[in-house]
Amino acid sequence: MDLIRRLFSAALVAGVLSGTAVSVVQQATTVPLILEAEKYEVTVPPAPSPTAAPVASTLAPTATGHEHHGHATPERSLGEGVPATTEEALNRLLTTIAANLLTGVGYGLLLAGVMLLMGDRVDARRGLLWGAGGFIAFALAPAYGLPPELPGMGGADLEARQLWWFAAAACSAGGLLALAFARVPALVAAGVAAILLPHLIGAPHPETPAGAVPPELAARFVTASLGSAALFWAVLGSACGFMMSRFVAADDFRDAFE
Amino acid sequence: MTIRSLRSTAATTSRTAAAAFAAMLFGSFILYGVGFAQPQQIHDAAHDARHSFAFPCH
Repeated sequence: MDLIRRLFSAALVAGVLSGTAVSVVQQATTVPLILEAEKYEVTVPPAPSPTAAPVASTLAPTATGHEHHGHATPERSLGEGVPATTEEALNRLLTTIAANLLTGVGYGLLLAGVMLLMGDRVDARRGLLWGAGGFIAFALAPAYGLPPELPGMGGADLEARQLWWFAAAACSAGGLLALAFARVPALVAAGVAAILLPHLIGAPHPETPAGAVPPELAARFVTASLGSAALFWAVLGSACGFMMSRFVAADDFRDAFE
Repeated sequence: MTIRSLRSTAATTSRTAAAAFAAMLFGSFILYGVGFAQPQQIHDAAHDARHSFAFPCH
């Protein structure tokens, strides 16, 4: 079989495994908190007049129950409350699982590609170390500047946050690879600088925090999100390492950049 | 090392690098779709997964 097909197969298996594992854990940890937070979510932007405080309604807000001040239009459909029917709930569960599997396969392909490129042989145990690196780069480092958010939490401009998130993840991943594989001191120093840079620049935050979600809920969500990400990366890393050791021959590794 | 084995090593190396880059590129494409793309339907479908994985969502 072609190397590329074996590589993609290894990533696919690891991604499906980790995506499945994280789906189970999410339903018990993060998803209940997301549903809880949506009860507090303000679906209309706060009005400019000082008398109209943001409404933290306990039920899903309806168009008839609130003044809309003309310009305010709800921006989200899913964020407006807990699913009302079984069909809605099931649909939401299935799309979440699908998104988790895709996330697993996406990260799996990225991880398998970098493993092959670096040329060091991997197995399940070494894969676990790779998974730890992935967790630091793609979960811990971005969360250090932008804590995992619940629906309804106030945040800076979305594009700015996405850009910073991406920069933090990419710089941390590149920096960690340099720390692990570089043999030149200058490259190691550059790796450290790359890891620090996004945090020295600082993540975008709003001028005044204006979320309606109780801070206790948000705090619980941060640990739940990081915990499930840790599990995801542990499974993905070790599964990817194991599959690579079975699917991708030693020759393929030795030959990379020799 | 003979010229013959040098050539074959070079060919395998480029093949290995091509496979690795293809996987990384395709993986990034999938992750962009799941984590970053903003069309409403994609956003709604991936909503809970995005929040759980701490992608900036909305």
